[in-house]
Amino acid sequence: MIDRELIFELPNDLHCIEDAVEFIVSRCSTCQDVARKLRFNFRVSLVEALSNAMIYGNGRDPAKRVRLEVHLRSGRLTARVTDQGHGFNPLRVPDPTAPENIMEEGGRGLFLMKKLMDEVHYNERGNSVTLVLNLSASQTFPDQATA
Amino acid sequence: MAFDVKRETGEVVVFDVEGQLIVGNRQELKQAVLAELEGGARKFLVDFTNTGYIDSSGLGVLVSLSKKIREQGGELRLSSLNEDLRTLFELTKLDTLFRIADSREEGLQDF
Repeated sequence: MIDRELIFELPNDLHCIEDAVEFIVSRCSTCQDVARKLRFNFRVSLVEALSNAMIYGNGRDPAKRVRLEVHLRSGRLTARVTDQGHGFNPLRVPDPTAPENIMEEGGRGLFLMKKLMDEVHYNERGNSVTLVLNLSASQTFPDQATA
Repeated sequence: MAFDVKRETGEVVVFDVEGQLIVGNRQELKQAVLAELEGGARKFLVDFTNTGYIDSSGLGVLVSLSKKIREQGGELRLSSLNEDLRTLFELTKLDTLFRIADSREEGLQDF
């Protein structure tokens, strides 16, 4: 198992999310049993974390940046997304599957991250979320992908 | 994301979503569907045969469109969701909100 890390500073632009996520996923060499976790669980969750950071954390301010740190250590894939906002309390987000919320357009991002990832942690300030996915021992970044 | 708009027999407007339906491009689909709604269309099918993944913003756009179409007496159906996309709809319980067909042909039946 080779430990690797990728670190980016992204502009606060929603249109760059897709390319950033595809780049990260493409740098993960997959074995069959974890392919779906990367293709689906990780990809969707990373989009959610980045869009939350840009829209709610940074308030769509194009002058602000979002920091993305991806680490692979001991079979755990970790992505930390940090914005430059004041943070929020994730405990105050209502359940989007409750009957009174099911017809709401928004409010499913954090819910999906928690459902799709093995662990989701916020820092005390609430402006940095860490996503954790447990992978098999054969999961690695290619050597040339180190940033 | 790119999408094709086709009118099927029975006046159903079909949108083929190619690629991703996520926060960076969801407004394109929303504007295209609303333009057809304002133009008088009432029957809509969004087909996901060529769709990679959807995020919560994409799901939200579908919910919003469904509400607007129902308010005008119309219906929005979905078709051809792969295993990943079905999981998303099941997790969020949106599978209870939409009529989801296994195939485009099934979605067009009895519309």
